[in-house]
Amino acid sequence: MIDELSNPDIPVPDELKASVTITTLDKIYNWSRRSSIWPMVFGLACCAIEMICTAASRFDISRFGMEVFRATPRQSDLMIVSGTVTKKMVPQIVRLYNQMPEPRYVIAMGACASGGGPFKEGYNVVAGIDKYVPVDVYVPGCPPTPQALLHGLIKLQEKIDSQSLRDVRWYKSETNEPVPVPVLGPDLMDPRQYQLIKQRALQAAAQAEA
Amino acid sequence: MSATAPTVAAVPANLAEHFPAGVVADTRKGYEGYVVGAAQLLQVAGAIRDKLGYNYLSSVTGVDYPESNQIEVVYHAFKTSGGPGLNFKVQADRNDPVVPSLVGLYPGAEFQEREIFDMYGVRFDGHPDLRRILMWDGFAGYPLRKDWKEPFFEEDLKPFASRWPGGDVRRSEESDPFGANVQYPPEFDPYEWTPETETAIYKLIQPKAGNGNGGHLKTDKLIVNIGPQHPSTHGVFRMVVVLDGETVVDLKPVMGYLHRNHEKIGERNTFLQNMPYTDRLDYLASMSNNHAYALSVERLMGVKVPERAEYLRVLMVELTRICSHMWAIGFLLNDLGAFQTPALYAIKERELILDFFEATAGSRMMCNYMRFGGVSRDLPAALRDENTMDFLRDLVNNRLSYAIDELDRFLTHSEILRSRCIGVGVLPAEKAIAYSAAGPLLRASGVDYDLRRADPYSIYDRFDFNVCTRPNGDVYDRYLVRIDEMRESVRICQQVVAGMPTGGEILAGKPQYNVRVPAGESYGRVENPKGELGFYVVSTGKTNPWRYHVRAPSFVNLTLLGEVCKGHKIADVVVILGSIDIVLGEVDR
Ligand code: SF4
Repeated sequence: MIDELSNPDIPVPDELKASVTITTLDKIYNWSRRSSIWPMVFGLACCAIEMICTAASRFDISRFGMEVFRATPRQSDLMIVSGTVTKKMVPQIVRLYNQMPEPRYVIAMGACASGGGPFKEGYNVVAGIDKYVPVDVYVPGCPPTPQALLHGLIKLQEKIDSQSLRDVRWYKSETNEPVPVPVLGPDLMDPRQYQLIKQRALQAAAQAEA
Repeated sequence: MSATAPTVAAVPANLAEHFPAGVVADTRKGYEGYVVGAAQLLQVAGAIRDKLGYNYLSSVTGVDYPESNQIEVVYHAFKTSGGPGLNFKVQADRNDPVVPSLVGLYPGAEFQEREIFDMYGVRFDGHPDLRRILMWDGFAGYPLRKDWKEPFFEEDLKPFASRWPGGDVRRSEESDPFGANVQYPPEFDPYEWTPETETAIYKLIQPKAGNGNGGHLKTDKLIVNIGPQHPSTHGVFRMVVVLDGETVVDLKPVMGYLHRNHEKIGERNTFLQNMPYTDRLDYLASMSNNHAYALSVERLMGVKVPERAEYLRVLMVELTRICSHMWAIGFLLNDLGAFQTPALYAIKERELILDFFEATAGSRMMCNYMRFGGVSRDLPAALRDENTMDFLRDLVNNRLSYAIDELDRFLTHSEILRSRCIGVGVLPAEKAIAYSAAGPLLRASGVDYDLRRADPYSIYDRFDFNVCTRPNGDVYDRYLVRIDEMRESVRICQQVVAGMPTGGEILAGKPQYNVRVPAGESYGRVENPKGELGFYVVSTGKTNPWRYHVRAPSFVNLTLLGEVCKGHKIADVVVILGSIDIVLGEVDR
């Protein structure tokens, strides 16, 4: 562990090497975050089963300090969107995301969460969770094997490693606006698109008349 | 017709004579059963249940026939004493379809009729609670009608021209004005829209004022929503519960949060393209789903499955049953508060079985293994560094029995498990039948009904195994039935491994991508780990199914959830739900 953190440019006397290390704030900050990512207990569909297998004894997610699945978004660092995102479910997913404290991360696990997958053409399916919340890592597969999910998690750790206290969003003074929660109308409605929806609906009506 | 496929037999010849006014035999080519007039339906269904003894209404579904301007509601009824079923239909005018509800006679029709209302707009006269079930109230249109088009609609039938070699493949988003999978009625104004606040459901279960329990404690009635994001619901399922103190007064399930439009997509797909989709129904039991779908299509095609393939199918399906029951037991313990540890033990052997599936079919969970007339691949010569047959023999002769015994030893006599489960969620036999409960849920209520025996398919008639029942119908008995059934599955697997012919064909005919299936209807059903899984398929003689309906056991089993939970404590609801063992992929489809 000490080797992992220490900065080779700064010499430490030999007799202190076992107990003292000199590192940067960024490094120790990221190292502690990346070694204790708490995912949310949040399963959507078939992919969730492979997520559970990843957490079970054979693949053992606790090797990465990630076994502490939390049942509430308030205590979670990571949302693994494991399955098909449907229109009926997406308002809740966005709400859960908004309830997670910063820093927070999202993994789109599987074809469905990444882009709709085999069900993309379905009338109740949202073609990828990234239409609503920002995604950090996409894990391909249908379902991704536990190994693939672990690979995705390692990629997320690498991403965390690359962040710096100096410019992370959550220490900036401006507040972070929540993602507008979609509304269930005659079809799914994104509040950011109301103007466009209205316009198009009028155009469609005019076209039908012509 | 294949000798081994399940058959819905010729109807008792007297039904049409019995009701000369309202019943005619269905004479369309490839169809069977009767067409009943809507006015006579209640009377005829009553006679079918009480006089002819078809006490178990398995499946209710709709089919759209725009050409004759009709929507047909199709019923499949069976006898719990076994044997083939009876299929009857009602035709309703497409412009204003109204059909009498059968909920009074067969309470198990409740959710299925709601689904038909949701998907086809058929109104069921006399239904106690006719609301949308999979889509939300306020959604525009009836999606399974043939003339209803989804926003990403490309063509009526696959394979789409754009996907063929040289075709101009584009992302659907690019051709959609919103860049997303949505569409709105002309002149629709989102600013004017009042979002649906689910008044209907809250009105239904509005708590009555006043002190509920009549005791000396003053208690309030309270509505609590459990789910759709809740660890106890095994996925995205929601229960609206009315509580009096801690006691459940009323409970309404809300579903559809994982409605992935299987049936609409399935009717655009070719027959074979649906096979991988069936994997994703009950995703813990993909092999079983494959089997049911293959059976129902094979019945129309009239192919005979080669010997070795039959053995392989049974082997895969029984291993799947063990996986699924292990999972159910592990997560029942989770629901009881024994968080994670029992589940870890329970899914340990599952990994071995998944390795075997992966080596054979190419995937751990989504096996896509069966084909019409057989299976897609033979067993591999070796698994890791071991001979596959040696691996299998060790698995079914030693390891699995040991794992089951271990679970049994740790759990069955555990004081906590017993006191939380015995006498909880009791479901009497008559009620279980009336509500069309299936699988371990039904057998734990003492009903000796297992399709492998009651209506044998494949080669189950050759194996020696017991149908496991228990008398009390509570959570504990459901647990015990699962343990017993795993043992029986192991026995079947042992017989399969010992008796499997070495070598020989595994697929009748040559592999085909685009099979043409003779016109007609077919209902194929198997005993899935969760209960009776049925596929109702209608073919018009082309390469795509006209109707592709899944009778999902998890979905139908939920019909009685509210009934069983009433009067129990809120913590027991979680356990009862766990003992029913649902998989949301199948509930919502
Ligand atoms: S990507 Fe595949 S396995 Fe995952 S949820 Fe979608 S259909 Fe299921």
